[in-house]
Order: sequence, then structure tokens, then C-alpha cells
Amino acid sequence: MAKSSIKIRAKEKGGVTTVKTLITHPMETGLRKNKKTGKLIPAHFIEEVTCEAGGKKVFVAEMSGGVSKNPYLSFKFTGAGKGDEIKLSWVDNKGGSDSATAKIR
Amino acid sequence: MNTNIKRRRFIKGSVAASTLGAAAGAGLLTPQTVLAKWSESAFHAKSSANALKNLLGSNAAEASSAIKIKAPDIAENGAVVPVSVTSGIAGTESISILSTGNQTPLIFNAKLGPGAKGFVSTRIKMGKTGDVVAIVKANGKLYKASKAVKVTIGGCGG
Repeated sequence: MAKSSIKIRAKEKGGVTTVKTLITHPMETGLRKNKKTGKLIPAHFIEEVTCEAGGKKVFVAEMSGGVSKNPYLSFKFTGAGKGDEIKLSWVDNKGGSDSATAKIR
Repeated sequence: MNTNIKRRRFIKGSVAASTLGAAAGAGLLTPQTVLAKWSESAFHAKSSANALKNLLGSNAAEASSAIKIKAPDIAENGAVVPVSVTSGIAGTESISILSTGNQTPLIFNAKLGPGAKGFVSTRIKMGKTGDVVAIVKANGKLYKASKAVKVTIGGCGG
């Protein structure tokens, strides 16, 4: 399998799980120009990142090209314990997607 | 052959997305149905007010000191500006991040599910010096807070 585009760290402390994630993605706005050809680089960015824990969607993030390249995302939620699994997936504007799971530590 | 199929799917997808956007713009769809999918009309809006109207149905937000934005005062590189938003408002449903200096101000919208805390942290691009605005939706009302960020080198466009 190709290397996943998603890196996840999930840590539980005092009932609150903190998730930190890095996704490898170009995040082109569609406004940038290719300096050599002068043509616009077509937009290519993640539209939605979803995090599921225990079969429930705990966090959904909608993004535009305004999020930096290789987006970093962090959020917190309650209701999960150590050893539980979370699933993170993203979809971009070209129909590309990826997902990864991680155990809460 | 595989690439062919992919391209076909992409063309189909983009056509569907554009018709959806047009329909939403014409007010044919209720906000709920639009929100179920990626809010194209909101993310493509050129002004903060329009973006908020398209995203949350209103742009009337009350200033709140319970929302804390953590962002640098001066961002040397506009392509990567770390922003954290913490909402102390009970019942926070969503957190949106806008940058007033960008061509399309709406950058980020987090919908919080059951159990999610009012906290989100990410890195955004800023075209030029402007305000980073956080909009929090809680109990059907909108609250906002903003922070001015000076950008030395813009991060949008060439």
C-alpha cells in the first residue's frame, strides 16, 4: 500500500481526547500562477475532513484553498478512552480521497 | 484506461457541483440541503458577509469575549499562519475561520459533533494584512471575535 497521506496523533487525558493531524496535500487555491508558463494552476484542495470515533462523526471540517499546504488540524473531543480507534478521512475537489485510522493513546 | 475513468468521474463531479452552486445561488435549495454537502457558494463568496449568509444563513454576529483566537500579531509568511480558536460558549455547534484580506474570505468551517470541544487549530493562508475572524455558532446564534494579523509576504497568488 502506498504511504498514507495522513498522520494522526490522538491522546486522551482526563476524559478529553486531543487529535492532531497532518495531511499531505498541495492545497492549490486556483489563483496562483505558474511562473514559467503564466497559466493559472488549477485549484486542488481538500474540501472536507471527517473524523469518526465509535461510529459517530465527532468532527467535520470544511476547507477552502485558504488553508495552508499540507494542512495541520487539531481538535478535541470527549467520550472516547485509551485504545479506542478513530477514523479520519478527507475528500478533495477533484474527487480524490484518503482515510486512516489511529488508536487513542 | 484507469485515468480515463477517473477523468470521466471528475467531469461528472464538477458539472454536478456547478449546477448545485447555481441552484443554491438562485435560492432553489433550502440551506439545510446545501449544508449537507461542501458549501461551495459560501467558500466562493467574495465578501465575508455573503460567505456567512451562504454558510450559516445570517451574518449578524454578536461580539463575544468567550472566543479566543490565537494567531501571531505579525505573520512573516502569509502562506502559513497558525490559528487556534477556542470557544468558551456552551453548546458550540460550529467554528468558522475567515480572513478579511483574502479574495475568498471564508477559509475554514468546523462542524462539531457530539462530544467535540469548542477548540480547533489549523494553519491558514493570508493574502495580505487583515483580520482573522472567528465565527462561533451556538444555540442558533452567531458570535464572533477577530484579531488583526499583519502579513509581511502574502500567501495567496503569485
